[in-house]
Amino acid sequence: MKQTLTLTINGKSYSDEVEPRLLLIHYLREVAGLTGPHIGCETSICGACTVMLDGMAVKSCTMFAVQAEGRSVLTIEGLAQNGKLDPLQEAFWNEHALQCGFCTPGMIMTARQLLADNPSPSEQEIRHGLEGNLCRCTGYQHIVNAVKAVAKAGGA
Amino acid sequence: MSIMQTLVQTAARFKPDADPDPLIASKKYVGRALDRVDGRLKVTGGARFTAEYAPDDMVYAAPVFSTIAKGKVRRLDTAAAESSPGVIAVITPKNMPRLVTPSLTDFAKLDKIAASNLPVLQDDSVHWNGQVIAVVIAETHEQAQEAAARVRADYDADEGMVSFERNKDKAIMPKDVLGEPPEIKIGDAEKNLKSAPVQVDATYRSPYYNHSAIEPHATIAYWEGDDRLYVFDSTQWVEGYRNSLAHVFALNRENIRVMAPFVGGGFGGKAGFWWNTILCAAAAKMVGRPVKLALSREGVFRIVGGRTVAEQRVALGATREGKLTALIHTGLTVTPDHARYAEQCTFPTRHLYATEALHVAQYVVNLDMVANTWMRAPGESIGTFAVESALDELAVELRMDPIELRRKVEPARDPTKDTEFSSRNLIEAYERGAAEFNWSSRNLQPRSRRDGAWLVGHGVATAYYPALRFPGGARVRLEADGTAIVQAAANEMGMGVATGQLQHAADRLGLPLHCVEFDYGDSHLPTSPMAGGSCQTLSILAATRATVEKLHRELLKLEQKDSASPLKGAKYEDLVARDNGLFLASEPSRGVSYVEILRKAGKPYLEVEGVSSAPMEMMKYSMASYGAQFCEVRVNETTGEVRVARWLGSFDCGTVLNPKTAMSQLRGGIVMGIGMALTEEMLVDGRSGRIMNRSLAGYHVPVNLDVPRIDVLFNDIPDPQTALGAHGIGEIGITGVAAAIANAVYNATGKRVRDLPITLDKLL
Ligand code: FES
Ligand code: FES
Repeated sequence: MKQTLTLTINGKSYSDEVEPRLLLIHYLREVAGLTGPHIGCETSICGACTVMLDGMAVKSCTMFAVQAEGRSVLTIEGLAQNGKLDPLQEAFWNEHALQCGFCTPGMIMTARQLLADNPSPSEQEIRHGLEGNLCRCTGYQHIVNAVKAVAKAGGA
Repeated sequence: MSIMQTLVQTAARFKPDADPDPLIASKKYVGRALDRVDGRLKVTGGARFTAEYAPDDMVYAAPVFSTIAKGKVRRLDTAAAESSPGVIAVITPKNMPRLVTPSLTDFAKLDKIAASNLPVLQDDSVHWNGQVIAVVIAETHEQAQEAAARVRADYDADEGMVSFERNKDKAIMPKDVLGEPPEIKIGDAEKNLKSAPVQVDATYRSPYYNHSAIEPHATIAYWEGDDRLYVFDSTQWVEGYRNSLAHVFALNRENIRVMAPFVGGGFGGKAGFWWNTILCAAAAKMVGRPVKLALSREGVFRIVGGRTVAEQRVALGATREGKLTALIHTGLTVTPDHARYAEQCTFPTRHLYATEALHVAQYVVNLDMVANTWMRAPGESIGTFAVESALDELAVELRMDPIELRRKVEPARDPTKDTEFSSRNLIEAYERGAAEFNWSSRNLQPRSRRDGAWLVGHGVATAYYPALRFPGGARVRLEADGTAIVQAAANEMGMGVATGQLQHAADRLGLPLHCVEFDYGDSHLPTSPMAGGSCQTLSILAATRATVEKLHRELLKLEQKDSASPLKGAKYEDLVARDNGLFLASEPSRGVSYVEILRKAGKPYLEVEGVSSAPMEMMKYSMASYGAQFCEVRVNETTGEVRVARWLGSFDCGTVLNPKTAMSQLRGGIVMGIGMALTEEMLVDGRSGRIMNRSLAGYHVPVNLDVPRIDVLFNDIPDPQTALGAHGIGEIGITGVAAAIANAVYNATGKRVRDLPITLDKLL
């Protein structure tokens, strides 16, 4: 019952035989070997699995891998270009927007979406925009600071 | 207490103090807000967590959970699961390897640390709703999940005891509470209470809580032959897990290696040794292949316990001037008989305030539940909710500012231990916080400030957590090129251990930061205590300090073989480590570099292992961190909704190693406290013992929009009894938070809520 899935991840094309029930997050982690997106709940609550799908942030535990057929996925691994960190990655590090780092890849992806939608968000808008991503460690404030810093410097 | 313990304690009290750590005065990297060392890996997706290792030929395990709380599995039908695609084995008590029953944590030895002492899948008995009754192993995760859903169980159910409310009358006093007496009486507190001019006597309740670290528990295990076991695990204590596995599988400790380079948060939930690790290792043994057992979120709720429900009475008798004549704090918590962990909710009261008479006592009721366990500031978090709420109630009765009341009850000595404090600057923390928060503008009169539909109130409460240290080891290897590696089995769950320890090691060795590495997260490294109880930082600092001293003494010996050495005739005590070498303190120009010492001695490297001393200072002194939590809340008069609008935590927690990582730790703790106060609650079905809201959709961890800006202040006063004058800070942030909120809610509304979480219904 497997079917062929062809898609682009971080600019590279992938083609694999997969079961239709395979979730996108499991495809990314177990088949494509990209373990940057994490699993915190598998029920679309925590946001640890967030990736960009054709430029939109999605929780990759919420969709089947086969739904990504022919589409383009960006995971945290594809964000830095030639070893140079993306401004959000820089800011998350500088501002200490992480502790254990488990929420971080998903948080950065959602923050990217937030800044794409609203390049100069207020503190309240940042908190609102990131409320679908749980962090149990940092107390959130450093995450807000990181997003603010990027917005101030002209965006992601 | 045994005669031996008494002797040791007496000896400790008369032992003269060591001089304060000289590095307190000459630190260079310590105290700086440096970026965390693992930051790059974590923002690029390069940090590998347990579930992300992929040994060849790995297979997947999925547990099957019981649906009754107590009884026996009469019939387990595994046929459908066994014939399900991709299934390799279904493990049940029939074919499960015979294992030694795990041992509960022994606080005297602190080596094995099982959260429950039930045999693991060895028989058909069921002890809690959610217990694992079978495990399916299959080629893929999906196949294992599907087959697990096909296992059918019939039960002979007994009437279990699962309801706290209905079984409170069966409470008993435990033998001890973490090795301390369950009850302490000084004077006749009840009598004093009755005759006190001002009295407060109230009961405070808090529900079951869940750690909800964002990384669910995961294990990958594989065997080499019959007697070598390798385990990746999301544990807070590689060594404790190694020892516990050795015990359960009857192996030599040396034959087991447990690795946890990155852990996605723990908060106490990954410290006790739980079934998932044992089951994964047993499964790997059975199928002869590497096995991954990554718990689902539901699985975490079902087989890893959280914080117990609690009911606490605090009664205060006071004079009109605010002196305490009676302080009574009794607590009732739940623990199953197979866990025997009485959460130490009365501990803060034992050390916080001056009182003429005191009575603390703890009781437990044994329910048929998943083992309860440590969760961030176990004891102190719920204990401070009770005692700090009560103190606020007393301030209201006295019509006194609550900070003024804290001044009146500040003790000169530890009230129960009867020792001096090593370093206690609580009032200073209050005063600095009050100035910054503009506390003086607060209205003493409740319900006197509003902003449209919102009632605005301010609250304050004391934060408290002991400063603990355990003996531990470290290894330091100095290379011929003058770089060094420090190694300890420590765990990094995100707190910033690696960064702080590097800052310390660089200062201790007198090396630039980039010349030092810190290795951790592997049970093959020198022994470290668990990353729990805020003890790890202090313990590793002390171990590294002892080990570097040993290194320096050996280097000096090597150097003094050279008769022309600038350190000729010098003693260890004359030396300081700086600028990549050892120098005379009295003559700064006389010294020699590490590179030079090793070159002359013809050594490619020098490696030493050291251990820190027994923590006698903890017996001689009362050692703790303190703080004052300030908050502003807004309560919607129509809907009862509570929003926290402003927060300031002012802390007295010794030398701050790195303000950047430290502030984040404290903010994280405060947010967990906000969750504890307002949104979090594990709901247990009082008939079946099933946890009803076993997902992050049902268990409400605060989200970004739930919390305000949080400011943090530090006294930054070194504790003369510790290495660097530092304390661990993982727990203190959560303490006092729920009380500060409840106190602010009272100030806003005039309603005293003594029952957590403070949800809207309680305010309407
Ligand atoms: S794992 Fe996808 S939202 Fe939690
Ligand atoms: S840093 Fe640990 S969950 Fe966000």
